[in-house]
Amino acid sequence: MFSRILPHPYLTLLLVVVWILLQNTVSLGSFVFALILGLIIPIVTKPYWPDRPRLKNWPMIVEYALVVLWDIVMANIQVAWLILFKRNANMRPNWVTVPLELRTPEAITVLAGTITMTPGTVSSDLSSEGHSLLVHCLHAPDPDAVRDEIKTRYERRLKEIFE
Amino acid sequence: MLSQIAEIAVAFFLVFGGIFGLVGSYGLIKLGDPMSRLHAPTKATTLGVGGVLIASMIHAWLLEGDGSFHELLITIFLFLTAPIVAHFIAKAHIHRHVAPEELPEAGADRGWAVHDVDSAGGQVDKDTGGPRA
Repeated sequence: MFSRILPHPYLTLLLVVVWILLQNTVSLGSFVFALILGLIIPIVTKPYWPDRPRLKNWPMIVEYALVVLWDIVMANIQVAWLILFKRNANMRPNWVTVPLELRTPEAITVLAGTITMTPGTVSSDLSSEGHSLLVHCLHAPDPDAVRDEIKTRYERRLKEIFE
Repeated sequence: MLSQIAEIAVAFFLVFGGIFGLVGSYGLIKLGDPMSRLHAPTKATTLGVGGVLIASMIHAWLLEGDGSFHELLITIFLFLTAPIVAHFIAKAHIHRHVAPEELPEAGADRGWAVHDVDSAGGQVDKDTGGPRA
């Protein structure tokens, strides 16, 4: 019964919050309308989520978000430094293969997005069966170190969140 | 007094964001090859836009007195869209300009998805004009 009215409680919550943020005012009217949207949209889109991942381990999600935010700031400074003060001839751009232990598409998507947002790396392609990720590094004299850092810093945490 | 501190903070974040935006744009010109150039806008501009958004929030909350949360939404949308666009540009670049031999091994799999056109039915048979069997 509960899962029929609210098939996706977190999506409902997210829609309500986003709608109120869009309105930029907290009033009863906007809250009621946000609630209507939050109830209808999950029911309509339910067929598109046949086996969505169950998130557990909420403290880990917070930890992951903080780690990624910190890394984004450091990545910006690092990349800005490389752009301004390193001559192109000294750059070592490189391709790195990251073997994936993650299996859920959502987790791989989050990992690929995180890699793109953080130090000098852009996730460029997925292998044909989805078992490894192709990452381009702006400056990587040691590709193995980049791979190990991605695996220990991000993939390990995502594995605890999604699987 | 408070408004003075707020003004200094707003100015600081505007300059901070502006510098990163400028460096990101400069990197787009300076870096050597297309894949490297992709790094400049995905990184340096996130903090550039972020600085401007923080300045905007401080301005709305402390100087105008009516708070605004739109900046949070802009941040979320940027974080969702920037990696996806970068991924598509990278894929398009690999598809058109990078040969399979130039990329590292794909681990346990046949190859990288962009080059794996056969199984996707993407290649056309010259004789029949239909998809290759």
